[in-house]
Amino acid sequence: MLYREAGQFKTSYAADQQLFPIRQDRIGVLVLLAVAFLGVPLLASEYWFSAILIPFLIFALAALGLNILTGYAGQLSLGSAAFMAVGAYAAYNFQLRIEGLPLIASFICGGLTAAAVGILFGLPSLRIKGFYLAVATLAAQFFIVWCLTKFPWLSNNSSSGVISTQKLMLFGHELNTPVEKYLLVLGIVVVMALAAKNMVRSTTGRAWMAVRDMDVAASVIGIRLMPTKLLAFAVSSFYCGVAGALYAFCYLGSVEPDGFSLEMSFKILFMIIIGGVGSIMGSFLGAAFILLLPIFLDVALPFLAELFGLPFASATVSHIQILVFGALIMFFLIVEPHGLARLWQIAKEKLRLWPFPH
Amino acid sequence: MNFFLEVLIGGLLSGVMYALVALGFVLIYKASGVFNFAQGAMVYLAALSVVGVMEKGAPLWLAVILAFVIMTLFGIATEKFVLRKLVNQPPIALFMATIGLAFFIEGLAPMIFGSEPRALELGIVDEPIPWILDNWNMVISKFDLVAAGVASVLVATLALFFQYTRIGRALRAVADDHQAALSIGIPLQHIWAIVWGVAGFVALVAGMMWGARNGVQFALTFTALKALPVLILGGFTSVPGAIVGGLIIGASEKLAEIYIPPVMQDLFGGNFGGIEGWFPYVLALLFLLVRPEGLFGERHIDRV
Repeated sequence: MLYREAGQFKTSYAADQQLFPIRQDRIGVLVLLAVAFLGVPLLASEYWFSAILIPFLIFALAALGLNILTGYAGQLSLGSAAFMAVGAYAAYNFQLRIEGLPLIASFICGGLTAAAVGILFGLPSLRIKGFYLAVATLAAQFFIVWCLTKFPWLSNNSSSGVISTQKLMLFGHELNTPVEKYLLVLGIVVVMALAAKNMVRSTTGRAWMAVRDMDVAASVIGIRLMPTKLLAFAVSSFYCGVAGALYAFCYLGSVEPDGFSLEMSFKILFMIIIGGVGSIMGSFLGAAFILLLPIFLDVALPFLAELFGLPFASATVSHIQILVFGALIMFFLIVEPHGLARLWQIAKEKLRLWPFPH
Repeated sequence: MNFFLEVLIGGLLSGVMYALVALGFVLIYKASGVFNFAQGAMVYLAALSVVGVMEKGAPLWLAVILAFVIMTLFGIATEKFVLRKLVNQPPIALFMATIGLAFFIEGLAPMIFGSEPRALELGIVDEPIPWILDNWNMVISKFDLVAAGVASVLVATLALFFQYTRIGRALRAVADDHQAALSIGIPLQHIWAIVWGVAGFVALVAGMMWGARNGVQFALTFTALKALPVLILGGFTSVPGAIVGGLIIGASEKLAEIYIPPVMQDLFGGNFGGIEGWFPYVLALLFLLVRPEGLFGERHIDRV
């Protein structure tokens, strides 16, 4: 009853092709944005901003980037953290070396640098695919982190490559409270998510999906594989690069190359598996899930241990976390390969009929 | 020249250690088409269970047998509870499931056996062979030589097993064509359980060699990362490929570590050590651009 598209007639192409064709969806998205932009800043505490909301948005953006490459274009990548590192270091260097470059411009430049590096490491995808490609992207992961550690110029000659980011200046105003940083990150993420949502239903997005489903067939129907695949690498790395720049500037403030480890790449991969491969919304759901799970376990495990009177060491908590991560990945792949986004879809189907059974 | 040879031989011998891990990947990939990212975690689990059982007071031989039992049971459980449920899924989904499996093991193993690094004594000392040191002034580790010997015995045994036993023939049949194998009455699921058992055995051998050398610790799981470039160089489906790939990667990585950083230092200044971490990957990547199926891999022809 509540969620029904019946009676919503479209009388123009523009109305038919809009991003959210169902009225309830539009209202829902607007309410969500209103809550995120207005409600959350009023209600949330400092801890929530700096420990949960900001990293959630940043990782959702990175997961979105990986989802474009893996979920839509079908090229598995294990090097997303490295592209985040490129974005972070490039944005830092643009701020450092070009006097008076606006903050947003340096984020974009960081993203573009990551895109260029992404194209470079995407080149092998023209010759190899599947597992070979996944392993090849590991080359990006190790090589980029090594470069950032070993070339002192990239980190402005600091020891072991640690950089401390510059002040966040936006239109002559310095952002230093968590709320302001949150709003900046939120604004960027919303714009980029809407852009992605639009992109995946455009010619480009459809070409990506054709390549994902069967690349030989795609090339037979006239999709040029090389530009399509490389564009997927470029766009995906751009998203990861911007996420990396935000990670350095708005979340941590000081990063080292080793922070962008293989572990982080896997974490981003897990986000899209659990959230939903090939779904924009899934990236957000997955990021929320993966970030909240450790916090939840930290709280729940000692409580459970006390309940059953078990001896408990803090090392065990981290082991259980790893174990639960692994088990959940297998569980989701077996039970719901399309992730949380699919569950949301099923819920919507049910909502269309509710409260009637048929 | 002596120094070059010393580095080369040292590299070849460490390449054998990489090949030991790569072998486990190849076995499972050949028989079931699963790219098992958890092989490194299995190496860790195997080494940890040997050490863990020995700590309870068991002698080495008993610990090895028990560890083998654990690995086999583990392999069968994996097949039954994870892979069988994922039949008909795209290979990438299976690959991601094995990443999950790797995390699962990395959490589970230290909970059972403890996470602190421990030494594993096999009774072989890691010291240069005096005879070679005296005559040619080269440092060749005794331990590396033994490891190479063990690896060759293992490969020979596996080759014989695949070639001459009934199970080996069934394994090869399954590797060639699942459906054809099923249609002539080979029980696919038993075969997969056996393959996981054999891969567990290879992991056990690799785990004991690596564990005795570097200590039994979490870093053992990273052996998988060393084996991956070996695999793409040698081809996922070829046992000789794993061996040759391991030798090439081992030798070139050690040579690169010695000879490239000074050159880069002259060019850019600064310290450029630690090339080992990425050099094998870049080497394998460049190689793939020329020959996408690896050295001994099967050429793949797509049909629409």
